[in-house]
Amino acid sequence: MFQWFHRFGSAPYLYRLAGRLAPWLGGLCLLSLVAGLYLGLVVAPADYEQGDSYRIIYIHVPAAWMSMFVYVVMATSSAVFLIWRLKMADVVALASAPIGAAFTAVALITGSFWGKPMWGTWWIWDARLTSELLLLFLYLGYLALRGALETPQSAARAAAILAVVGVVNIPIIHYSVEWWNTLHQPATITKLDKPSMHISMLRPLLLMVLAFQLLYFYNLMIRTRTLILEKEGRARWVAELAGGERD
Amino acid sequence: MPGGWPNLPEGSVTSLLEFFAMGGYAFYVWTSYALTAVLLVGIVGWSARQLKSTQQRTFRRARQPRGKS
Repeated sequence: MFQWFHRFGSAPYLYRLAGRLAPWLGGLCLLSLVAGLYLGLVVAPADYEQGDSYRIIYIHVPAAWMSMFVYVVMATSSAVFLIWRLKMADVVALASAPIGAAFTAVALITGSFWGKPMWGTWWIWDARLTSELLLLFLYLGYLALRGALETPQSAARAAAILAVVGVVNIPIIHYSVEWWNTLHQPATITKLDKPSMHISMLRPLLLMVLAFQLLYFYNLMIRTRTLILEKEGRARWVAELAGGERD
Repeated sequence: MPGGWPNLPEGSVTSLLEFFAMGGYAFYVWTSYALTAVLLVGIVGWSARQLKSTQQRTFRRARQPRGKS
């Protein structure tokens, strides 16, 4: 456990690992994206109730899922940073925040463009939509805090505390469709034993979830490397790395 | 059809138009996909450019003799 911590807590190790993983994650992401889009937009049949408008699901559900997944990663690494003072955990949290905010924005925007033709409104202040909007503000608040405090150390601690406290919003988002009356339809794919979708529609959805997941990890590798270099720019391993680079 | 697509089967232009029409929901479907592409491609491109410029800046400084930076 502590050996594992030690390795991942080491900046040069993480920098090299991220550099090695990134091209694979990016390539696999493109593959699943192309397959998912083709199966979802071309092959899958239209819905018998919603017609072709339901095809927004292939970006809306993966983005909404990722908005919560990324937040849980951010809150967990923030907790690790607060408890064990592991700087690389803070790097992962900070690298995740803009990606999570982008996924949340995508979920809100695509939801709006789906809600207009189906519910007749772009927006409604119901539990699901409001808690997802709150998630966007949590991401933005986290990023704003990083820049607002005088020393980077206290900014990192304050933002990490916000991230950990804000995690209570995640179960609220997830269960909002069960706890409150809402226009939003209940979960589509979490009932895998009794899926409410035909396989020809479900397969592209799962592929798109995979593509978005890979997109996050690909982007996380890139952003983590940037933050490590910014933090460790004067370390000896960076100088060695720079010496090895031909220019 | 000179210069056209001679291999296109009968009716495929119609089905292409049908595809873009999205059963009357073209505006909602394609705007959603376009905005998603802008946001996600945007953040990936922004991150890549950031890494490149940070690498250049950091490595250039690291190669300079100590005390000059």
